[in-house]
Amino acid sequence: MSTKAASAPAASPGAAKPVSYREALTQAMREEMQRDPSVFLMGEDVGRYEGAFKVTRGLLREFGERRVVDTPISEAGFVGLGIGAAMAGLRPIVELMTVNFSIVAMDQIVNNAAKVRYMFGGQVACPLVVRMPGGAGHQLAAQHSHSLEAWFAHIPGLKVAAPATPFDAKGLLKAAIRDDDPVIFLESEGLYAKKGPVGGPDELVPFGRAAARRAGSDCTIVAISRMVWITLSAAEELAKEGIECEVIDPRTLRPLDIETLAASVRRTSRAVIVEEGWPECGVGANLAARLYEECFDDLDAPIARVSSADVPMPYAKNLEMAALPQPADVVAAVRRTLGAR
Amino acid sequence: MTETDTTLLPPERPDAALMLQMYESMVLIRRFEERAAEEYMKGHIGGFLHLAIGEEAAVVGSISALRPDDPITSTYREHGQALARGSDPKRVMAELFGRSTGICGGLGGSMHLMDVERHFYGGYGIVGGSIPLAVGLGFAISYREGDSVAMAMFGDGATNQGVLAESMNMAALWKLPVIFFVLNNHYGMGTAIDRASADTDLFKRAEAHGMPAKQLDGMSVLAVYRGVLEAARLAREERQPSMIEARAYRYRGHSMSDPDTTRADEEKERWEARDPLVTFERVLYGEGTLTAETAEAVRASVETQVEEAVAFADESPPVPEADLARHVYAHPWSEDPRGSAVVPR
Ligand SMILES: Cc1ncc(C[n+]2csc(CCOP(=O)(O)OP(=O)(O)O)c2C)c(N)n1
Ligand SMILES: [Mg+2]
Repeated sequence: MSTKAASAPAASPGAAKPVSYREALTQAMREEMQRDPSVFLMGEDVGRYEGAFKVTRGLLREFGERRVVDTPISEAGFVGLGIGAAMAGLRPIVELMTVNFSIVAMDQIVNNAAKVRYMFGGQVACPLVVRMPGGAGHQLAAQHSHSLEAWFAHIPGLKVAAPATPFDAKGLLKAAIRDDDPVIFLESEGLYAKKGPVGGPDELVPFGRAAARRAGSDCTIVAISRMVWITLSAAEELAKEGIECEVIDPRTLRPLDIETLAASVRRTSRAVIVEEGWPECGVGANLAARLYEECFDDLDAPIARVSSADVPMPYAKNLEMAALPQPADVVAAVRRTLGAR
Repeated sequence: MTETDTTLLPPERPDAALMLQMYESMVLIRRFEERAAEEYMKGHIGGFLHLAIGEEAAVVGSISALRPDDPITSTYREHGQALARGSDPKRVMAELFGRSTGICGGLGGSMHLMDVERHFYGGYGIVGGSIPLAVGLGFAISYREGDSVAMAMFGDGATNQGVLAESMNMAALWKLPVIFFVLNNHYGMGTAIDRASADTDLFKRAEAHGMPAKQLDGMSVLAVYRGVLEAARLAREERQPSMIEARAYRYRGHSMSDPDTTRADEEKERWEARDPLVTFERVLYGEGTLTAETAEAVRASVETQVEEAVAFADESPPVPEADLARHVYAHPWSEDPRGSAVVPR
């Protein structure tokens, strides 16, 4: 494993019991709000209701209405407001109830947040975090099941984090809040209850560092966000047949730790990329292109991609299951890759 | 409870037959949703389930004042809209169950019902997102010189999306036959209206666009009926878009997954005391339109319809997996059931 691949650091000695991904995020916000009075939180139902997914539980009680602001259902408005406040030197954390509603605010994110530093010649910063949970799997159908990693990762000027573990959820969110650039922070609805160790108040997870989730020498699997867990169960399945996969989690898509990804692929000579988004122009397409550029000569087989089906998400449970990447799809992709040996 | 500007309401009352039909529709919606909640708890319905229990007067009163060919759009809280338009309860329940016999073939679910034959142009999940679609339906009516009227139905929360202002301006500017119907149930999820809207008299939003508007008692099916009848007349005969604000209350949480802990019991009781079904029953009894016997017959008929709907949904076949990509395009260019982007495998 390359030295740069900061594999999930061990919990600090005496670290508290495992906490959920949800609670890890709450801790990150609470600690950063305690540390820095310019950090405030804004979003729909983040205060009294404590968040649609209860990620902001207890924050209104602790920090009051000045710093925990319930908004109207006006995403374009309050994301834009966050950008303005950030330009004035505050550090807003804007929660979008889900990634699906970021589409209403896309103009503000792409045309303003990502641009103000550059187009004004570096005169202003935009230290904004826009948090939002995404992903499918709860039969929420076509308008409520998006995975838009690729949209955001496409935009120069944004940083994009997609944590898969409680440790990274906390450490990356703290790093995002302290970052001087706009960060799109993609949480996964399906991971909120996932438990694991987390770091202490001063443990940040730096952007642009991938993490190895499993070691193996037969095939590299790059997996994003919730897909890390799907991939790990596929890897266990394959291990029973003696196929050992190395599972790498990029953790941030922008900046992207291509060195760690490429180093792994150079060792295994094979790569599969697993994402929850759509296949066309997706994260997998991009990572495959980057890996071909980096290590074409080292590859023994074409890079395989696993993604959602190229359809809007259907409501019916059986179709939703068929549309979403399952461990069996990852197993099949790895076998295909090895078959080309 | 304010009821502003009722002076302009026309005196029209629906005839006895229509009144009975409206009553039956309200009872059907109530029972259908109560049963849907039970099926949700049993795990037969997935995703989100948003109930409009308490809002039946606003739904039925408005839709009954329109012609059956007047197109409407709605939100995710739209079982009532479909039923009030006469959609088959069996196919609506089957959609909630995600079966192939569902009204959208199991692809949409509770939040995305549509019955285009009945000019119900759908329930949408993004707050505010469907409002301009109704303006487009109105535009098409105007373009073809038709005489129907489009109605956008949305919640109080949606009035704070910029797209409402954009939509109202275009409708007013181009004199489109559109009714902006805001069903003000006083909450957007856990946020009370006075914590989200600087002016809680939502009908006043119309004023900025030179549009007439009325605020009505949304617990009274007759008040809503009359208000929308006048709005429809304005749109149909004078090409004058307008806004209706119907004030009502949802008895249940935002959706089945909402613990509903932020609303005071006292407030809920105050609204429930004015239950739209009970109030309407009283009117009908008073007029002699309804007797204990007919009321019993209505309830029995509704019970049968709802039970048949559940049984039908339960026995319906699942959606074939081969249909996964069937409706993505009019003419798909790939036969791959996983979609048109064929990934080598
Ligand atoms: C653009 C957008 N933001 C947030 C949500 C999440 N959400 C779903 S319903 C809702 C409340 C809407 O309130 P209202 O418009 O009053 O309609 P009601 O639910 O009361 O019928 C919210 C915030 C959404 N669906 N779309
Ligand atoms: Mg509402």
